[in-house]
Amino acid sequence: MAECAIQVQNLRKEYPGRSGPVHAVNGIDLEIQRGECFGLLGPNGAGKTTTVEILEGLNRPTSGAVQVLGLEWGESDRAIRERIGVTLQETRFPDKETVREIVTLFRSFYSRGLDPMEVIARVALESKATAFVEQLSGGQQQRLAVAIALVGDPEIVFLDEPTTGLDPQSRRQLWDVIRDFRDRGRTVVLTTHYMDEAERLCDRVAIIDHGQIIALGSPAELIARMGGEHIVEFALDSADGSATPPTVESFLTLDSVLAARTEADGFALTVQAPHRAIPALLDELERGGRPLARLTTRHVSLEDVFVALTGRHLRDDENARDSPPPMKGRRRF
Amino acid sequence: MLESSPLFQLYLVRLRDFYRQPARVFWVYGFPTLMAITLGFAFRNRPPAPIQLDLVSAPGSGAIKAAFDAHNTRLRQSSSAADPIALTPPIDVALRDRDVAMRRLKTGKTPLVLEPGPNDSCSYHYDPTRPEASLARQTVDDVLQEAAGRSNPRPVRDVQVTEPGSRYIDFLIPGLIGLNSMGGGLWGVGFLLVNFRVAKLLKRFVATPMPRRDFLLALLGARLTFVLPDLAVLLALGVWMFGMPIRGSLALVVALEITGALAFAGIGLLVACRATTTEAVSGLMNLVMLPMWLLSGVFFSSERFPEALQPVIKALPLTQLVGGLRSVMLEGAGVVDVAPALAILVAWTVVTFTLALRFFRWS
Ligand SMILES: Nc1ncnc2c1ncn2[C@@H]1O[C@H](COP(=O)(O)OP(=O)(O)OP(=O)(O)O)[C@@H](O)[C@H]1O
Ligand SMILES: [Mg+2]
Repeated sequence: MAECAIQVQNLRKEYPGRSGPVHAVNGIDLEIQRGECFGLLGPNGAGKTTTVEILEGLNRPTSGAVQVLGLEWGESDRAIRERIGVTLQETRFPDKETVREIVTLFRSFYSRGLDPMEVIARVALESKATAFVEQLSGGQQQRLAVAIALVGDPEIVFLDEPTTGLDPQSRRQLWDVIRDFRDRGRTVVLTTHYMDEAERLCDRVAIIDHGQIIALGSPAELIARMGGEHIVEFALDSADGSATPPTVESFLTLDSVLAARTEADGFALTVQAPHRAIPALLDELERGGRPLARLTTRHVSLEDVFVALTGRHLRDDENARDSPPPMKGRRRF
Repeated sequence: MLESSPLFQLYLVRLRDFYRQPARVFWVYGFPTLMAITLGFAFRNRPPAPIQLDLVSAPGSGAIKAAFDAHNTRLRQSSSAADPIALTPPIDVALRDRDVAMRRLKTGKTPLVLEPGPNDSCSYHYDPTRPEASLARQTVDDVLQEAAGRSNPRPVRDVQVTEPGSRYIDFLIPGLIGLNSMGGGLWGVGFLLVNFRVAKLLKRFVATPMPRRDFLLALLGARLTFVLPDLAVLLALGVWMFGMPIRGSLALVVALEITGALAFAGIGLLVACRATTTEAVSGLMNLVMLPMWLLSGVFFSSERFPEALQPVIKALPLTQLVGGLRSVMLEGAGVVDVAPALAILVAWTVVTFTLALRFFRWS
């Protein structure tokens, strides 16, 4: 049990594209330990699916070395497949099969594994065991996909965006299933572009952008690396008559402020101590005669880490109107 | 035991997928049955249809009409099928003004206009490019001349072939069996595979230790399971409803059908081996099936096509399957007679499977 669950060295994947090759994965190194829940966090097109599909043996890397449970693809494919479970980003199961029939089908592929009804119970689908796939809600179908990933009693399970498109309650149900699996000492590798999911579920996360890992660590560590613990967001009254809006830089000099950026309709400051920063901010606005429209404070999240690193939000739908410029202070493009 | 056999479980998935969709069951079993029944009745042996004739009212038309009425009366009174007159059609004659009759001829409402002339002469107006017009002219003229006293110096007798085994329906049923086998193989295997590929199910399957061989074997097993009831339905229909004979061995019929089903499953597999959209695979399948619909002699004999095409036609699997079924069922052919057909079908199976497995795309 000494070896890691997964080891990846200098992984690259190129796709031919219209304007030159696309580097979907551009030099990734990873070590995932047994028993941890590891998250790959990144925006659309970051290379998450490409990476996990290479780990799952469904896609071949252009170059680089991959070891899964100490074994290599191309040599011990069948042995690896017996020991991993997979959900793909999108799979549609045949409409006219029942939950139980599908789970039984997949169980028959593994030489050892769990009883189909036990797995169905784990994902809380007992009441739907005899329902056709077409009668399941989106969340139930996702849980079915997870049940199938678990039915071979795998040591590692790969979940590609398991909760995308689900309502909060369904997401929580799935989180419980995933935590339960992790608590049995198994390894979870999941991709997501929900930072709250990564924060709550993952022991460690790798933030991926443009096929590269731009940050790696536990959610707490990554947040701590921001320096400050808090974000102060505020907006100015737009009816304000003053000619020029304030520049971002003008807030950097305030007490306890570490970084500043513009948001869709206002500003966001990373601060160490809100009780010092907020009075300083209010004084500054008072002096400039700029009335406040809104002011909130919150803890730093992985989203802020991502924005700080890339200057973009994690999900395209958030703040898609005008993507904010990168944090002043540690620009990176 | 079976619970944990991937082959059996995959096979079950296929069967359930089929019988849980009543629409599919109809297209596979109901539709060909309906087609056989409809075509069987459309082409069943009937007494000859009456001939339409417009007679122009003129002096002398009364006598002509009387001659046809006498013919029709004789026809009605002859009860025995052996009477040669029973084979000629009745003549539906209508007296009309010349203008009206000619207009009806031009618009195709009547095939033939008879116009009495002076001195017992008469003229026929018709379009010679319409086969039924020429036929009507011939028959009407015979009746008219015989009524006027013509005698036929050479006695003739018509022998009509209406025995079971040589009628159109007997020709048609093996054709429909072959057609079904082709449709089932291509849609049942090809379409299913592409649907699975589009749904990312194939990819999901290869992410498990599932033996890939079992997946394809299950597909074939299911195909063969569907083929036999299909054959049984059409054979039973032919035998019970239309009195079609099965002169050769039933086992040979089944053997031909299974070999054919495998060849078509192979073609389905090949057509679907790389296609990633259902549109692409539908187009390809129609491309493959259309020539066989037209050329393979399902609805009429393929001998009618030009000599130069014959080698191509003979190489098509549907031609061989349908031809083989016909010779076993209708002519009582044995294994030796259909060995070439079987060999060609096996060749199709081997070649298509080899190519398809080499190029098969799971994701
Ligand atoms: N088969 C392919 N051919 C060409 N380019 C591809 C292919 N698959 C992926 N790509 C490209 O590789 C990049 C990474 O794609 P990938 O699917 O790994 O992203 P992702 O992080 O999973 O995104 P998402 O959150 O949208 O699922 C994208 O730019 C994508 O366009
Ligand atoms: Mg993805």
